Amino acid sequence: MKHTISVLLQNKPGVLSRVTGLFSGRGFNIESLSVAETLDSTISCLTLVTSGDKAIIEQITKQLHKLIDVIKVTDISESEYVEREMVLIRVKAESTTRAEVLRVIDIFRGKVVDVSPKTYTVELTGSASKIQAVIDILRPIGIKEIVRTGTIAMARAPKK
Amino acid sequence: MEKVKGSIAIIRCLKEEGVKTIFGFPGGAVIDLYDDLYDSDINHVLVRHEQGAVHAADGFARVTGEVGVALLTSGPGATNGVTAIATAYMDSIPLVILTGQVPTPLIGNDAFQEVDIVGITRPCTKHNYLVSKAEDLVPTIREAFHIARTGRPGPVLIDLPKDIVASMVEFTEKKPIRMQNYQPNYEPHMGQIEKACKEILKAKQPVLYVGGGVILSNSNEELTELAQKMKIPVTMTLMGLGGFPGRDDLSMGMLGMHGSYTANMAVAKSDLLIAVGARFDDRVTGRVDAFAPHAKIIHIDIDPTSISKNVAVDIPIVADCKHALTAMNNWLDSCGHNLNEVAATHTPWLETIGEWTRKHPMGYLNEGEIIKPQYVVETLDELTGGDAIITTEVGQNQMWAAQFYKFSKPRRLITSGGLGTMGYGLPAAIGAKMAFPDATVVDIAGDGSIQMNIQELATAKQYKCPVKICLLNNNYLGMVRQWQELFYDKRYAATVMEVTPDFVALAEAYGAVGLRATKTSEVESVIKEALSIDNVVLMDFRIAREEGVFPMVPAGKATTEMLLV
Repeated sequence: MKHTISVLLQNKPGVLSRVTGLFSGRGFNIESLSVAETLDSTISCLTLVTSGDKAIIEQITKQLHKLIDVIKVTDISESEYVEREMVLIRVKAESTTRAEVLRVIDIFRGKVVDVSPKTYTVELTGSASKIQAVIDILRPIGIKEIVRTGTIAMARAPKK
Repeated sequence: MEKVKGSIAIIRCLKEEGVKTIFGFPGGAVIDLYDDLYDSDINHVLVRHEQGAVHAADGFARVTGEVGVALLTSGPGATNGVTAIATAYMDSIPLVILTGQVPTPLIGNDAFQEVDIVGITRPCTKHNYLVSKAEDLVPTIREAFHIARTGRPGPVLIDLPKDIVASMVEFTEKKPIRMQNYQPNYEPHMGQIEKACKEILKAKQPVLYVGGGVILSNSNEELTELAQKMKIPVTMTLMGLGGFPGRDDLSMGMLGMHGSYTANMAVAKSDLLIAVGARFDDRVTGRVDAFAPHAKIIHIDIDPTSISKNVAVDIPIVADCKHALTAMNNWLDSCGHNLNEVAATHTPWLETIGEWTRKHPMGYLNEGEIIKPQYVVETLDELTGGDAIITTEVGQNQMWAAQFYKFSKPRRLITSGGLGTMGYGLPAAIGAKMAFPDATVVDIAGDGSIQMNIQELATAKQYKCPVKICLLNNNYLGMVRQWQELFYDKRYAATVMEVTPDFVALAEAYGAVGLRATKTSEVESVIKEALSIDNVVLMDFRIAREEGVFPMVPAGKATTEMLLV
């Protein structure tokens, strides 16, 4: 099962390598990883998506927490959460398909951020499954290039 | 704020931490530090290979419980230390390793003797640092010692660029270290202690399974109290030997691949397994699903990642062993039950265990004048009363030492358990002897392993460090040969040492004393003579060449499926 884990860590050289080294050294899987600094520039937030059974996820969170530079580890997929991914897609947009591409993008609330005589470059955000859906629909039209950010996520605020 | 030269600040930090002895090997990147060490009252031991420096610091740390310190130069100096750092990491030994680094402007330029040692040692240190700013130097060293010795201990490496060591740095006042991101938990959860104790009161066939955590946390007395009070038989891992007195009636010796018949049977039949500072290593459990299949499992460990890593446990207790065992003893003392009566209900269990030991004692076949390695270790045990500091190399020698030396106290068996590093024993013996000059320190060695760090004979000689080497010489890489004999049709691929040195002559070439025994009747007198000589002594015992280590659980089998002869 997929788990989205949020890790707060010291913003120091080599910290990311400690995290990725842990995953490769212990044979854990990383499906996506995204990291940037928080409001406090000495602390970074890393979101990673991984998969495994309960025992593996437990080991992953404990092993992450054991790293000295790691401050906090939360398996946010254990509760309600919001996840987003961003994608840039360069898609073929020739005279016969330009209108269709625009319609598809509109349905998924994307926008065109760059135009050339034969392509549109499209920006979209959403859950990983929504991004996948857009890709699946645009693929027959002709995707020339694609860049995805990996998932970022946040637990939902308490409702009361 | 006082400003001092970086190298002076390092030395002052070491003294602040109570460091009196360090082990090292100089080089261009650390020459400034060596220049100032020259004037300091810190005792520096010059080894002959950097691996030896870190192993010696490790041996020093294991016998004292203090942080061991090694100093290596950049590049090959640092990489030569890596095996020894990994050795300490696997066995949770507190070390601080200082490595020289090329000056900061050259880092990343493939400079002479430059290597990314922080990158290389990331997976085999508890933590590591590259000091990239002068103002970080002093706080980093202090933090490194704090991390090395607290929680689950481990090696911490500090990479020191040459320009920073030579620059002026602020020597700030030492304050208690508080780290937001590192706060090991020592105190047990009392609810878990109560649950565990209630299981202990109910159990009819309990077993204490004790690992190196008991040694590291100095909780052998609390453990012994619990075992004796409740009459619970005790088995120890290789790292746990000495955590409970080996001559006590409740001791079943070591468990696992080369453990005693009794210990493995007891675990298999137990209804309650109390794991204390042990980590369910594959050499202990054998086939995991057949390990303690009928038992509820209580697991005390300070490292949460150890819990339910290999074996699912029923009652986890994340705490320091000493705190947890004290809490359990207190709870039991005040729970209102008559503990003597509870303990008495274990009598049938202890009788069963006694019966196993009578049927299959730890033993070997006597073959007259052909020297049996087990006899050598037994004789050493008798002549030293189980109280010497024993280091070992790795392989058959290590297992015979574990099986036949009855360790009476903790911090007496100094051995590479997790990593199984050949060449560990001699430098570790030097470290142990530097810590306790009056103690008898013996390296139980094999002819394969000893040659991996034989050059440290010179170190022992130079520092008048009269360690004894008990060489069980069979001209084989014996443990691998044993596997080949049992599982590979006796095809002895690359395990026959067709050329080995004359070890007696070799010892003498280093200014040490060499003694040799080729017959059983000579063993005792050789050991006695070696123990009486105030010099480094190498005893060359020409043992039965194809003697095996038994019992043996073949890899991947259940621990009850032991080969007994």
